[in-house]
Amino acid sequence: MPHARLVSLALVLPLFAFVGVTFVAPLASLLSKSAYETRIHDVIPETMDVLAAWDGQDLPPEAAFAAIAKELPSARANRTLLRLSGAANRLQSGMRSLITRTAQRVPRTEFAGTWRETLAEIDEDWADVQTWIIIESAAAKFTLRHYLQALDLEAQPDGSIKARPQQERVYMPLLWRTLLVSLSVTLLCFLIGYPIAMLIADAPPRRRNLLLLLVLIPFWTSLLVRTTAWIVLLQRQGVINDFLVTLGFLRDDTRLEMIYNMTGTFVAMTHVLLPFMVLPLYSVMRSIPQNQLRASASLGATPIQGFVRVYFPQTLPGIGAGALLVFILAIGYYITPALVGGSSGQLIANMIAYHVQTSLNWGLAAALSSILLVAVIVLYLLFNRLVGIDRMRLG
Amino acid sequence: MRLRRLGQFGFNAYCALAFFFLVAPILVIIPLSFNAEPYFTFTQGMLRFDADAYSLRWYETLAEDGQWLNALVNSLIIGTAATALATLLGTLAALGLASPAMPGRALIMSILISPMITPVIIIAVGMFFFYSSIGLAQSHLGLILAHTALGAPFVVITVTATLAGFDPTLMRAAASLGAGPVRSFLRVQLPLISPGVFSGGLFAFAASFDEVVVVLFMGGIEQRTIPRQMWAGIREQISPTLLAVAVFLIVFSVLTLLLVEWLRRRSSSAALAKSIS
Repeated sequence: MPHARLVSLALVLPLFAFVGVTFVAPLASLLSKSAYETRIHDVIPETMDVLAAWDGQDLPPEAAFAAIAKELPSARANRTLLRLSGAANRLQSGMRSLITRTAQRVPRTEFAGTWRETLAEIDEDWADVQTWIIIESAAAKFTLRHYLQALDLEAQPDGSIKARPQQERVYMPLLWRTLLVSLSVTLLCFLIGYPIAMLIADAPPRRRNLLLLLVLIPFWTSLLVRTTAWIVLLQRQGVINDFLVTLGFLRDDTRLEMIYNMTGTFVAMTHVLLPFMVLPLYSVMRSIPQNQLRASASLGATPIQGFVRVYFPQTLPGIGAGALLVFILAIGYYITPALVGGSSGQLIANMIAYHVQTSLNWGLAAALSSILLVAVIVLYLLFNRLVGIDRMRLG
Repeated sequence: MRLRRLGQFGFNAYCALAFFFLVAPILVIIPLSFNAEPYFTFTQGMLRFDADAYSLRWYETLAEDGQWLNALVNSLIIGTAATALATLLGTLAALGLASPAMPGRALIMSILISPMITPVIIIAVGMFFFYSSIGLAQSHLGLILAHTALGAPFVVITVTATLAGFDPTLMRAAASLGAGPVRSFLRVQLPLISPGVFSGGLFAFAASFDEVVVVLFMGGIEQRTIPRQMWAGIREQISPTLLAVAVFLIVFSVLTLLLVEWLRRRSSSAALAKSIS
């Protein structure tokens, strides 16, 4: 290998390895959680070993009953029972109480013949094949059920897959809402950002720097500061409502609800993401010679014709870059919706956080993350195709 | 002609509104942080420019509150360490990537840049699970590593951009004068690309200083940074002290911005000098 190539590889290697360990590995382990997990399996490993040879048609053999009768109480003792009962309950309600009760009562019950009879005595559901099917699928190491749930699908008893009834769908509507909000925010950023990028690019140098500062200051200002600012402005007793009341446009009881709902999410997200639209547009517009428009005018084009036929087509790369950047950032947005979105302004990222922190359904959180990540990667490849990541400009 | 002037006027008015939308929310915070009353709006007295309606009480509360000072210390420790590491690794990688002999340049670049475009919620959740399993969650070290990964792409991008304007014949000239590769790097190349390195470092520091999602998932009580403390303030007991903190952060970001612009001008004038000579 030539010397120069060896040196350049050696220079890149430290960061490459660092990103691999601190970033790629966590991401890969998260994605694997969406389909493969041993946490629940390890609550009842012996039972699962027996069930592995089971055909799922009739009740499992006595060995399975004996194993679960031993493993449930010990799982209760070392506090891992909730993993199993929670996962099983998500598949069928009632499973949590069945498992908890069984784990409590097995040690206190007299041994009456076989374990199968003992468990059936504690709860007759143990004599139902369906219970065992749920136990096996809840504790399976490899499962696609998180993906099914994330896509609002459900497996039927006969093995086919159907969409959930309309009123039970949660995640697909949220995904659509996230896409719709991201698209609308991108469009708003374009409508607001395009004219100001034009104005800055056309201004004489001194004024150009000043106007650019007006875009760069919000760009550099902390996200939390900008979110706080919008709370101050938009809340019921906030600056805008007070202003409108003082001017007599509103009465005290008709103050506008502009925050902790979708409006709040929209306004704050557009404000936060606008600089990401303006800056790429500006850098493309700077490179368009101004005398082109004059040339088109001297050839008889009206200003509108000149803009549509000469100027606008040349700004398309900037529009592509800005729109994709805004869209990619919007689709994964977490902070602003969480703080100013209320309950109606939440997006997919907030649902992921909810399943990690509150419902503790990590498999589902991982499946939702994977779906979001795939969407972003597709957009990123598109971005790279259209603009080229190494041509991206900062600030 | 009249129509045209009307159009021009409409365009300018529209742009003025857009700039107002961008800047006004940030500017509004500054006077409100001097409010004598615990409100988030202008009182009658403030509008009359009554001196009594203004006070420094929220800044005093801030100074007395040990939590905020603690958060500042945490932010500085994590930000400085992550910036140093990101700048070192990022600059080395950019130097390697700039070499024409580098194989698979585009692919490696996309991998190194990927932390910047991955939704931060996914990064935070992934790191939370992974770092918990190796015992690094709820530690300063864990957050430093996380913020380094998030900040390094900025360094790679800015240094790569600066290197594009670097004249490689200078290195050959240094070699012909008897300097070894390390010496010619330190004495010739590094001084010329240093504005890019510094501004990449500033970007990395700003990214860490403003990062809240990873801290939210991975940090414990001991690792509360300024943005984490602000998050708690907005969520739990929103008080005008937050506005005082916000004013400090605005001042900080304006200073960072001016520094980055100054560095950019220096590096572009260096590139200009090169193109003339």
